Amino acid sequence: MERIPIIKIEGMLVISVQTDLHDKLALQLQEDILNHIQDTGARGILIDLSAIDIVDSFMGRVLSDTAHMARILGATTVIVGIQPEVAITLVELGLDLQGVHVALNADRGMDLLRQLQREGF
Amino acid sequence: MSVTQTETVRVTSEPDIVTARQKARQVAKQIGFSMVNQIKIATGVSELARNIIKYGGSDGQVEISVREENGKKGILIVCSDQGPGIEDIDQAMQDGYTTAGGLGAGLPGTKRLMDEFKVESTVGEGTTVTCCKWL
Repeated sequence: MERIPIIKIEGMLVISVQTDLHDKLALQLQEDILNHIQDTGARGILIDLSAIDIVDSFMGRVLSDTAHMARILGATTVIVGIQPEVAITLVELGLDLQGVHVALNADRGMDLLRQLQREGF
Repeated sequence: MSVTQTETVRVTSEPDIVTARQKARQVAKQIGFSMVNQIKIATGVSELARNIIKYGGSDGQVEISVREENGKKGILIVCSDQGPGIEDIDQAMQDGYTTAGGLGAGLPGTKRLMDEFKVESTVGEGTTVTCCKWL
């Protein structure tokens, strides 16, 4: 089965989603991220969506659920690279990714993760 | 008014949602929609196609056409299923209302993404959602 790769960099899990995710693949990624947190003890998760142009309500929910689940396992999630067009569509659709950390790009996302960890989140 | 049939996607399983939204994006691009509107249209189609899987008995179709009227051009999307139908359409159109544990953003959210939006449903026979966005 198709899988989204998860790599570990500086104690963080980094995921760059490069393909239009169907529902099962999105849920598989959620499960893989949680298993990786348990296996590696990672405390930060960076999810890059810069190659993704369709985030519908299902995908939005999977992303925010994943961040909340990761939180329960002691890891902080930052979603980065959301395109302006996707942001416009998400808000019109009625989704605001509440409670999820976001950053403009991967560099800023890594900075935010380090900062959150220093602050003890 | 003229409607040119371009694409029909049969929706019976989750990967068909991706096919439907990608086809809608393609047609929107061909018509000349801006990037943001291509994405709004594709995201709306994704919501409607998912409704076919979640509520429509997992058997339906998405028809994507080019519509021309009074010198205006737009995209016409018709999503239909032969599922159980919607008992209370007004309720289904409320933000946050859901019967399947979803977010309840699908129908009202899609309405906001489109210019015209109509839901017709008969209990026991199925549901048809027709929507249009003008260029």
